[in-house]
Amino acid sequence: MKNVKIYSILFLSLLILGSCADELDLSPPQDIDNVFALSTDANVKTVLSGAYDALSDTDLFGGNTQRNSELLGADDELQFSGTFGDPSDIWRKEITVINGDVADLWLDGYRTINITNNILAALDVVNEEDRSTVEAEARFIRGMMYLELVLFFGPSYSDGDPATNLGVPLVTKPNDVNPVDRATVSAVYDFVIEDLSFAAANLPADNGVYANSVAASALLSRAYLQQGDYASARDAADAALTEADGEYGLAGSFSEAFNNQSNGIEDVFSIQVTTQDGSNNMQLFFASTFNGGRGDVEILPKHLNLYEVGDERGSFFYTDESTGDTRTAKWTDQFANVTFIRLAELYLTRAEANFREGTAVGATPASDLNMIRNRAGLGDITTPTLADILNERKLELAFEGHRIHDIKRLQGSSDGFSFSAPELVFPIPDRERNINPGLQQNDGYGN
Amino acid sequence: MEIGAQSVINVTLSEDVTELSEVVVVGYGTQIKQDLTGNVAQVSGEDIENIPVPSFEQAIQGRTAGVQITSQNGKVGGGINIRVRGASSISASNEPLYVVDGIPITTDNQSLTSAATNPLSDINFNDIASIEILKDASSAAIYGSRGSNGVVLITTKQGKAGKTQFNFNAQFGFSKPTRKRDFINAAEYIELFTESALNNDLASGLDPLNNPEDYEKSDLGYIESVFDYLSGHLDWREELANNPNWEGTDWQEEAFQDASVQSYDLSARGGSDNTRFFFSGSVTDQEGILIGNSFQRISGRLNLDHDISEKLTVGVNVGISRSLNNRVTDDNAFSTPLQLIAQAPITPVRDEEGNLYDNTVNPAMFYYPATMEKENSDFTTTVFRNLVNTSATYDVVDGLSITGEYGFDLLTQLEQRYQNSVTEAGLSVGGYGQDRWVRIFNYTSRLYANYSKVFDVHSIDFTLGTEFQKSTRHQTLTAGQGYPLDELKTLSSAAEVADWSGTLNEYSFLSYFGRLNYKLQDKYLLGVSGRMDASSRFGENNRYGFFPAASVGWIISNEGFLGSSDVLSFLKLRASYGLTGNAGIGNYDHFGTYIAAGYNGQSALIPSQIPNPDLEWEKTAQVDVGVDFGLFGDRLSGEIDYYEKNTSDLLLGVPVLGTSGFSTQTQNIGELKNSGVEVVLNYDLIKGSAFSWSTSLNYAANQNKVTKLYGDTEKIGPNSSRYMNAVIVGEAIGVHYGVEYAGVNPDNGDAVFYLNREPSEEELNDGSAFTVAHLGDRYVTNFFNLAESKVLGNPNPDFIYGWTNNFKFKGFDLSILIQGQEGNKVFLGGGTFMTANARYEDNQTSDQLDRWQQPGDITDVPQARLYGNNGAQTSSRYLSDASYIRLKTLTFGYNFPRSILGNSFISSARVYFSGQNLITITDYDGWDPEVNTDYLASNIFLGNDFYSAPQAKTFTFGVKLGF
Repeated sequence: MKNVKIYSILFLSLLILGSCADELDLSPPQDIDNVFALSTDANVKTVLSGAYDALSDTDLFGGNTQRNSELLGADDELQFSGTFGDPSDIWRKEITVINGDVADLWLDGYRTINITNNILAALDVVNEEDRSTVEAEARFIRGMMYLELVLFFGPSYSDGDPATNLGVPLVTKPNDVNPVDRATVSAVYDFVIEDLSFAAANLPADNGVYANSVAASALLSRAYLQQGDYASARDAADAALTEADGEYGLAGSFSEAFNNQSNGIEDVFSIQVTTQDGSNNMQLFFASTFNGGRGDVEILPKHLNLYEVGDERGSFFYTDESTGDTRTAKWTDQFANVTFIRLAELYLTRAEANFREGTAVGATPASDLNMIRNRAGLGDITTPTLADILNERKLELAFEGHRIHDIKRLQGSSDGFSFSAPELVFPIPDRERNINPGLQQNDGYGN
Repeated sequence: MEIGAQSVINVTLSEDVTELSEVVVVGYGTQIKQDLTGNVAQVSGEDIENIPVPSFEQAIQGRTAGVQITSQNGKVGGGINIRVRGASSISASNEPLYVVDGIPITTDNQSLTSAATNPLSDINFNDIASIEILKDASSAAIYGSRGSNGVVLITTKQGKAGKTQFNFNAQFGFSKPTRKRDFINAAEYIELFTESALNNDLASGLDPLNNPEDYEKSDLGYIESVFDYLSGHLDWREELANNPNWEGTDWQEEAFQDASVQSYDLSARGGSDNTRFFFSGSVTDQEGILIGNSFQRISGRLNLDHDISEKLTVGVNVGISRSLNNRVTDDNAFSTPLQLIAQAPITPVRDEEGNLYDNTVNPAMFYYPATMEKENSDFTTTVFRNLVNTSATYDVVDGLSITGEYGFDLLTQLEQRYQNSVTEAGLSVGGYGQDRWVRIFNYTSRLYANYSKVFDVHSIDFTLGTEFQKSTRHQTLTAGQGYPLDELKTLSSAAEVADWSGTLNEYSFLSYFGRLNYKLQDKYLLGVSGRMDASSRFGENNRYGFFPAASVGWIISNEGFLGSSDVLSFLKLRASYGLTGNAGIGNYDHFGTYIAAGYNGQSALIPSQIPNPDLEWEKTAQVDVGVDFGLFGDRLSGEIDYYEKNTSDLLLGVPVLGTSGFSTQTQNIGELKNSGVEVVLNYDLIKGSAFSWSTSLNYAANQNKVTKLYGDTEKIGPNSSRYMNAVIVGEAIGVHYGVEYAGVNPDNGDAVFYLNREPSEEELNDGSAFTVAHLGDRYVTNFFNLAESKVLGNPNPDFIYGWTNNFKFKGFDLSILIQGQEGNKVFLGGGTFMTANARYEDNQTSDQLDRWQQPGDITDVPQARLYGNNGAQTSSRYLSDASYIRLKTLTFGYNFPRSILGNSFISSARVYFSGQNLITITDYDGWDPEVNTDYLASNIFLGNDFYSAPQAKTFTFGVKLGF
């Protein structure tokens, strides 16, 4: 009797506990399995959306890369007075191998590239009619990312021999944890141009807020400008403007080109920010605290004095009520998109390239130039010089992330550092070299 | 004790060995202390009663050997870290497992911000009967995959048959910071920053003092305009003219408040032979020393047990509580109170109309101030907590009992935050509000049998059981913005949703455990135990883990050859060896996953984790050898232990090449070792009827050493440009690794750093590295990047100790606990702003007045250069010795004699003073050496201070009545 009692208790409880074994298989409720993620047409397209999200990270085109370009190219025209040490070091050209913003560009850049590599490896499951668009969008994102990486981590194309200078590792396999050596600067450019050319050829001019052929051609023109290949830059810019016809145009006034919560007519490619999702770090750093920014970047008189009388762009600044500093009005709305390619850039690129080549493909340099000048409230220059065109480019595109790249390709200088100074090139992050000591460091950052 | 059948009675047993005959709670049972073969530290509830702190861990700090307890800062309700015999993990949890009346409870931080809250503060520790800390493998292995970090067993007070005893306690007092720092005043601020700006001018060829035309573009002109701005409605020139030693605002005082402390407790204990109960209710209300910070807890408990028959006993323990924590922002937020010290002393707190100054709405500051945050925001955390355990024990036959238990820990937390339209967070969005709910239901069911029997000279105790635990955590967050009025603070008033999330997290454990204790002739002890754990957290290839342990003991004093010693009254040697695990890893670490994301309002998927089906728990093999002894009839008793804990299969977020698209993969790969010595000595110095004095000392020295990382990697980190903590093979976890500050070049005021390597020929020739005579024969450089990093200090102490003295004289009693640690270094992260020779506009610590001013000055404070970085990089300049010795607790009481109480219904009455952290002796440069800044604290980020509040020094007076 006694034993029966014991055994029945034991039996009952083992039954209860035994049923618990099923409870050991708990799968993650907030994530999904990696195989499943790339298993269907719809899923791959959702991952493509993820690639845009990665691209829009504040460490990347959500603002920090554009900001870093401006900080490196400050040249006494702006001052970084914020407390964050990493951007401050970039502004002062005292970048260390442990700079967090530099490491973030690297990590998030390759994170984005890896997502595109995953998509490109899973194209088989994508519906055939969409396959080339999906591929083109993925390659647009990858090309855009590699271009940005080589611009920051490699010596300028105009500096020395790009065929021997080192750029960044070219990774094309998904989730590849093996070491990949740095490719040469010219190899990276070749790769970028191949990706972007494919994108330009296979994307529509209008693709909502996503990658489109105009943006792909615009990025191509940026790559060619860096290479000093003006004929190709001209053709890419002209192709972009031709494709843009009817889809995009210059905004009615200069100020209307900025602080748009949804893409304006001039926005060829912008990082989308909503109150629900995405952040605008250009706004964060450039806007006053009153506008919800950090008020970290002050525009200095040297820059303000560059504008002609009557130039609307010269008054597109405001005084920060709390510090008295001057700030640019290009970034005042924290929920505005982060504009990355404006149509205005393409006119200026075509003007410069046509001028250098002595051609008038699409339009004369003067006509392209004056279109931009007139929009800013300025009169025509009938026979512009190259200096006129470059000056216009600088003023029109100021504080939008172009500065250091233009300085480098034009072999200028910033804050006393020549375009080829090692201080203007980011170091390979220490964390990467700790894992792969074979990864060669850039000049000026130890061995 | 039945002795009839025995022919020989061991005389030593008949001695009054109170300490050794105590019952010690162990996993799934109890043991007599003298029979222990493992290492279990014990604190009785009586020792920590009415100590004026919110959470019991703070009350046991310094009372047990080898248990290091660190409050992250002086915020009430904030995070506390406990390390039992050192840190055994790099990336999994290092906190012990907490078990309350048999139920493993939820102790993970549930905070919305990076700064932890403390789920243990929901427990009213006046309800605790005893706390046992299982430290070695033989005592902890029965908790298997969760034993590596030690196990803290908390047993609440149970009822007792007899007349109902009531106890009432009321306590009042106040808190102050343990330490304050010296900052420069307004006049000194103007002097220092003027100099800082002028130094820049002179360096760039401007001389605004002598050439007025230079003034316009000079930094001097700039800083004077900054002074104009910072001084608000005041005219700083006039203030200075009126008073050359103008004090200005002491911002440190603005960060602190006069904090009151009060608590009330009522408990009752009693019952009949069949039914026994313990009941308690308590309210405690503690203000923090920082403005806006407070903690309140209301709790109740009913512990009931009832004998249904001679064989069957049932019981239920129910603890309920509500904790309300008014929180302040994390240490790294401008709005945290102590960051007020960054404000300039020339800035008044308010303008002439009484409005607060800030950086935007009424601007006279560069940094958003906590004064604004306090008056325009709420940040509260309310936790409702139920700890319930039900049990039934059936005595099957003599010596054999079966116990079934079911219990749960239900935690419901609401964090509410509202920042109105003039706060930093709410300014541009018209007010910002957040509600975050967390509910964790964590239940355990178990069944175990215990068989205990004495056969002649053999006694055995056998336990066998099975247990299932599952924890389910739901969290939802909603944030809104755009509030029509600052008075409308609930989310439904918000114009739009700014953020939302909802998550589910679960884990489960299915376990089988057993233990056999065998004793022969009261001399030879043997213990064997083991546990098999399966968990949802482990990968499919490694779902089940087995954790065995064995221990032996030899009570030498019970041997005939020592039995007659007058000096030696007790002597036991013991040794244990076993394997425990650490399953404090992520719930879903073994999966390869994509996580949901969004772009442009469209859903998206992003790869988030590389899979690892082999993932398993971390393993710790621990050996412990110890001796327990009693001398002079146990007036002097003690324990000495030596242990070695070798942990392998450490889970590491192994950094992978960023080019893979990931930054880490979780792998079982690292190894580390803790070894150390623990000593406990208890001495009844004077044992008189009128006066008695007993003293107890504990000491523990633990050496932590990382022995293997992955691949050839010798070092991980530092992964921060502001802090120096790294994981380095051969060093303790989290050592400070960085550039060594060498001081100031007396010729030019440049900060210089030790090169710590041989300079190259090229460097010697171009002068980028150079020798400075007074710095000895070491190479130094003023280029920070050229200096090599090295290990600069250990954030873990060389040893920790506690020393208790209890005095009794007639009705008076005095208890003093002194506690301390030695040899650890803390990095003052805030130094790069506040001790930075006037780099930014931040107010400076007074020592910065000692800056280099002219060639030949010998000082370690470099020349002030506005916005320049002259020595404010992360280096050993900001590393400080944080050894301290502290008068932790002092309680002085008077118990009224029965003669005074007479025949009133009051059976006992006591008045007392109880103080906490009364005296702190340290050379630490910051506020308080017991610190680890809350927004960063982790296994690796140890020993950092960043505007962290000092600990509270608390004085309370209380009355305790029994009736």
